[in-house]
Amino acid sequence: MLLITCPWCGPRDETEYHYGGQAHVPYPERPADLTDEQWAAYVFYRDNPKGPFAERWMHGTGCRRWFNVLRDTATHEVLASYRLDEPRPGGNR
Amino acid sequence: MTAEPLPEHPDFLWRTPEPRSSYDVVIVGAGGHGLATAYYLARNHGITRVAVLEKGWLAGGNMARNTTIIRSNYLWDESAAIYEHALKLWERLPEELDYDFLFSQRGVLNLAHTLQDVREGVRRVGANRLNGVDAEWLEPDEVAKVCPILNVSPRTRYPVLGATFQPRAGIAKHDHVAWALARRADMLGVDLIQGCEVTGFLKDGDRVVGVETNLGRIHAGRVGLAAAGHSSVLAERAGLRLPVQSHPLQALVSELHEPVHPTVVMSNHVHVYVSQAHKGELVMGAGVDAYNGYGQRGSFHVIERQMAAAVELFPVFARAHVLRTWGGIVDVTPDASPIIGATPVENLYVNCGWGTGGFKATPAAGWTFAHTLATGEPHPLNAPFALERFTTGALIDEHGAAAVAH
Repeated sequence: MLLITCPWCGPRDETEYHYGGQAHVPYPERPADLTDEQWAAYVFYRDNPKGPFAERWMHGTGCRRWFNVLRDTATHEVLASYRLDEPRPGGNR
Repeated sequence: MTAEPLPEHPDFLWRTPEPRSSYDVVIVGAGGHGLATAYYLARNHGITRVAVLEKGWLAGGNMARNTTIIRSNYLWDESAAIYEHALKLWERLPEELDYDFLFSQRGVLNLAHTLQDVREGVRRVGANRLNGVDAEWLEPDEVAKVCPILNVSPRTRYPVLGATFQPRAGIAKHDHVAWALARRADMLGVDLIQGCEVTGFLKDGDRVVGVETNLGRIHAGRVGLAAAGHSSVLAERAGLRLPVQSHPLQALVSELHEPVHPTVVMSNHVHVYVSQAHKGELVMGAGVDAYNGYGQRGSFHVIERQMAAAVELFPVFARAHVLRTWGGIVDVTPDASPIIGATPVENLYVNCGWGTGGFKATPAAGWTFAHTLATGEPHPLNAPFALERFTTGALIDEHGAAAVAH
């Protein structure tokens, strides 16, 4: 069971949240110019690291806002949580 | 006083060789799929200069952690074909491997609790029959005849409105399956090398020519990855990105009980699946935890929900005790179907993305992956499961349709 800190509501149990997968995946700037391979990469390919991973969570039973969490996928340690308009702590990836 | 050292455990079933400097085929991962691939490489293709490398111990990953259910009641033609091929192989494997791994065709019920579940189930029964897969639609009273301990009362929160039934489905003793395959592969000359972690890939330009391991370099004509939850970690070392996400999947067993549960019961809607092992434990599972993870453990609330569902469906289990819970790491693809085939890296092949359903496919995964590794070409059964489908859009979308939700 994860203890996740919502940037607005504070630390809450994992069951209050909805998981949203990898963070920092921008919509293509010029979608009409993308090749099939580039579309496949945008739609279907995500990072899957064993270690720190920046991911999206939504506080469903609280403020209902999306935010980002930096979490170690091997140890389950929550390293940071931050708003969507903030950069990934410790460097952008 | 010093105690005598315990005697060495005898290697009954396979040798423990030192790795040679080169092989025709190196398979990474000595789980069920890796072992089956090695077995069929030798048996079907006469390729015996094969090594199966395992970073831990043989069949100690997901093969040791699954709920042992075998079935082929998949919706789409491509899935039905490969899982039914697997089921047909399961039916002859105990004799072929000369090893009784307790394959028990006790059938599987997939329960329907909503009108949409009913429609999906009836549709899947039709699709199964058109594909030569045994399937029946059962009304609640018929469900109760197959599994008398199941609560089909209309006064539950999610009443059982019917079920699909595949009589040829069943369970097998997973450890024994692995040992049976390992023994035969070893007898045919395959080297099974445990404690051997692949740390990198040897490349000649864009071509893979071997692997770097903690036991040194091993050259290979072709390299096949069969590492389940760790496939993308491994592929990344070869510069290859895979469309998979690794999630924890939990299972649990109860203490031993008298044989009371005659079949396998699965429910998507309340999400639990239950069978009774030969020894008497109730074996239960649910869906994956939502988040990515490699920690081989998941969240307690998932167990709590599946237990609540199990007790509602099986009031007789209300006072059963949980003996043990555990987690495996499954690699889930965007369409909940596996990837078996070539990669953009020459001589590097993958068998991955089986998500929560790899055990039942073990023989067919081995059969088709061996064909691909031996010939460089897909077998007709794994051709649709190529990596290219995520670019072409020819997905095999088994999310929900696969009779279990990921």
